[in-house]
Formats: sequence, structure tokens, C-alpha cells
Amino acid sequence: MGGLSIKSLSLSHFRSHRLANLDFDGRPVALIGPNGAGKTNLLEAVSLFSPGRGLRRASSDDLAKRPESIGWRLRATVVGLGGGHDLETSADPGEARQVRVDGKVATQASLGRVIRILWLVPAMDRLWIEAAEGRRRFLDRLTFSLAPDHAELSLTYEKAMRDRNRLLKDQITDPHWYTALEAQMAEAGAQITQNRRAALARIDRATTGETAFPKATLALTESEDSDLLTALAEGRRRDLAAGRTLVGPHRTDLAAVYTAKGVPADQCSTGEQKALLISLILANARALAEDIGHAPVLLLDEVAAHLDEDRRAALYDEIVSLGAQALMTGTEAELFRGLRGKGRLIKISDIGGQSHLSPQEDI
Amino acid sequence: MADDTGIEALIDLMARLPGLGPRSARRAVLVLLKKRAQLMAPLAQAMAEVALTARDCQTCGNIGTTDTCAICADPRRATGEICVVEDVADLWAMERGQAFKGRYHVLGGTLSALDAIGPDDLRIPRLAARVADEHIREVILALNATVDGQTTAHYIADVLAPSGVQVTSLAQGVPIGGELDYLDDGTIGAALKARRRF
Repeated sequence: MGGLSIKSLSLSHFRSHRLANLDFDGRPVALIGPNGAGKTNLLEAVSLFSPGRGLRRASSDDLAKRPESIGWRLRATVVGLGGGHDLETSADPGEARQVRVDGKVATQASLGRVIRILWLVPAMDRLWIEAAEGRRRFLDRLTFSLAPDHAELSLTYEKAMRDRNRLLKDQITDPHWYTALEAQMAEAGAQITQNRRAALARIDRATTGETAFPKATLALTESEDSDLLTALAEGRRRDLAAGRTLVGPHRTDLAAVYTAKGVPADQCSTGEQKALLISLILANARALAEDIGHAPVLLLDEVAAHLDEDRRAALYDEIVSLGAQALMTGTEAELFRGLRGKGRLIKISDIGGQSHLSPQEDI
Repeated sequence: MADDTGIEALIDLMARLPGLGPRSARRAVLVLLKKRAQLMAPLAQAMAEVALTARDCQTCGNIGTTDTCAICADPRRATGEICVVEDVADLWAMERGQAFKGRYHVLGGTLSALDAIGPDDLRIPRLAARVADEHIREVILALNATVDGQTTAHYIADVLAPSGVQVTSLAQGVPIGGELDYLDDGTIGAALKARRRF
């Protein structure tokens, strides 16, 4: 079972990279170098071949190399769903980012039909203890990877909700107007909830027994109301007082429990929380490999450093057996010794505020 | 290059029209200047006349040269059906199809709370009045399949619900002569949902 993969990547005036060209052979790649050398920037570049704002959630102007700020461009040839594709994404200063698939202008959502990319970054270490918004985003990205129509449903729901919130803020009470917006929120919302539940069930099935990574049991914390249309209509008075919509899938939270210990994720140790996240990402990758026949591309930023020797070896074994192309960062080559003979290594250094890449070598 | 200020002003005005840029505006003006008698004078006269007489139809919002547009004035079009469209361009598109024999109602936009466009900006109260006055049996919603378009459709259906008039909307699906291969996933889904016995 071959994985989806990036075959070549070129960056132009992107973050710390003025010009960079990389070729990959589908095997895992370790990017090593000191802090600030530009390792994560490379992962971020790859993450922009999925819809949204990439793994740092950056605006397109922030992605441009400074001080020039003349806009940026990323190109990749990929082995995607349905074979080889040329992808390109770029932005001029002050403009939204553009996407091209095989030379033709395309929507960001259409990237999901070509390639699936999952990532784990240090900012997600606090996922279980921070605000629900981050967990919801994690949940929706997970759902999107399994059900690409999820992105458009979310856009429809959010647009209708923003309109409803505007009515609430302006203290408009026209009941027909609320009914019209709520009808659309309820329709999209029901499908969003359905997609999320299906995704969680799918992840659960793909979570194998006890491995080096602990099994996590996921659950949605949703509002009690089974009928969103009624709940929205009945909540208007309360929402008018609050100035925003207080029920609906935009309020859903994701809870995780360390299955074997029966402990909620937010009460687990930092190391355990990280292990739970890795376990979920791997389950997601396994589910995709089974459903679409290809493992997704994995971007693992500073993941190896937080794992002990055994778990590191288990992670590499899992990646290799999935046949997934994983791009990983770390500060030392030593961290990737477990991939000897199975992966490639690229050293990144900073010279005068600009990233430089060494020629690739075998680990 | 024209250096006459009057001609230059004419080119600037033409360049504001949709589909024309500075270069094509210059070409159009040059053609007019060369055909002053056959084209430019009649065009100027027609524009001057229409500029004075053009107005929105007081009944449906269509643009015409009389207070009641030709469609509203035609008794043969009193079929008891009203087709609701967003803009005059949509009305013209429907008329090109020649499939609809009833009358229209042009909203002049779609509801958008974020852009501060409300029902009173859209001739929706007028539509409710027409349904009662003109003995309307069916209101056909021909609005865009965007969030704003569908919000407007739901709004109108809700406003008209007490009147008992039948409210329908255009079908969404495979276009005539279209190939499935070229359809986006959403359209295929809608077409499948709206399938019917063959």
C-alpha cells in the first residue's frame, strides 16, 4: 500500500527560504538543524497544500520572506489520489492565497481531493487543557480528512451563523429572518454533527489495541438538543441578550480519555497527552490508508524529542509499516537513528538570516 | 491617441462599462467617431431618450420605460404565477428561456445581515401584497444557490406561509446536455436527491 507523497517541493521567498528545491523518494525525511534554522517553515510549506491557513494558521502576508515581502510561491509535484499532480499555491502582497491544480486555478477545498496531509505541532501540546476552539479545529481537521465535504458544510454554517449573530448584535427581531438563517444552520449543522460522529467512530475502529501509544477514547460534548432548528428558535431571546448564538455545532467540544487508565486527557501528564495525540494521528492515518487505499502525508514537528527511545522506535515502525511519507523535524540527527536504512536526512542551517539546505543523505 | 478632452471624457465613461477596458473603450469610441451618422447620432439619441424615460416597474421592479413594465401590462401573463428573481439580469435570462408564461418579481438583491441589507431594502413587502392582490396561486423562487440566496428564499417562504400560496423553487441538478463527469460533487448530490421515476 503506497502512501500519498510529495515528490518534489520548491519554495520561493517563503518565510526564511529565499529559494529552495527538494526532491523526495516517498520515504520518511528527518529535517535537522538548530532552532530558528527554518525546519518548521518547510513543514508549514507542505501544510499549505491542504485547505486553510496551514499548520501555524498564518495570514498569507506573514508567510512572505522578509524584508523583501514581494509575495511567495510554493510548488509541488505529488503522488496523489488519482495519480500525479502539479500543485501550486502563492500569494502576492496583500492578496489572498491562490491555488492551482495541474496549472488550473482551483479552490482550496479541491486540494482535499488530491492529497491528504495530517500534522502534529508543539502548539498542540496544550490542546487538551486550553480553550475548546483548538480542540474543535482539531476535530474538524480530522473529520475533513475523512469527509472532504466537511469543509464546505462548515463554511455554509459559519456564514449563516455570522449573519444571525449580526442580527442579534443589531437587536433585529424580525422572526422570518431568523427562521431563514436557522433553517440553513440546522441543515448544515446536522450534517456537520453527523460527519464528526462518523469520523470519531472511524478513528475508534482504526485504533488498534495497546501499542507503545496509549489508546484514547474520544467523545463529543454536544448540546442536549436533538433538534437544532427548534433549539435555535427557542433560544432567540437568550441569544439576543448574549449578542451571539449559544447553541449549535460551533459549541461542540471534544473530550478524550486515556482508555487504559480511565483518566481524562487534561489530567494526564504532559508526556501522556503528547502520546495520546500521536496515537490519534496514527489512527487517523490508518483509517485513511484503509478507506482511500493510501496513507496520508504526515508532518511531525519536534515530535521525536519528547518521546523516549522505545516510543520513538515504535513511531518509526508505525510510519514505515503504514508506508507513509513523514516529514519530521528535530535538533539532532541522533533522534532519528531508529530510521537507519529507512529514511533520509536533510540538514538545515541559517546563514545571514536565510535558510540553507544540505544535500540529502541516508540516515 | 485622442487629445481632445471631450473625446477623452467619452473614452473614460465607456471604460467604466462592464466588459470594456481602456483599450477596448478607445476602439469603441473610434468606431463611433468614424460612423457618426449611422451609429453615433442614433445611439446618442436613443440613450438620451431612455435616460429620461427609464424607470423601475412599480409592480415588479423590472426596468422599463413606463410605470408598469410590458410584462405586468400584458393580461396574458396573469397566469397566477410569480417568479421571484434577484436581479433584472435573472429576469432577462428567464425570458430568453421562453419557458415561463407568468409574471416576475425582482428583489433587487439578497438578504445579508453582514452587509446591512434587510427585507425592506428588497421589495419583499411588495411581493406579499401582490400575492393577495393578484390572486396568485404559486410563487416560484428562482434565487441563487448561495447562502444569501437561500436565506432569502427561506425568508420569503416563511413570510408567505400564512397566505396559503404554494411556494416552489427551481430544481438543482444536471444541466441539459451536461455530462456527469464535469459536475461538481454538490450538484451531483443535489441531482441524486431530486431524482424522479423515469
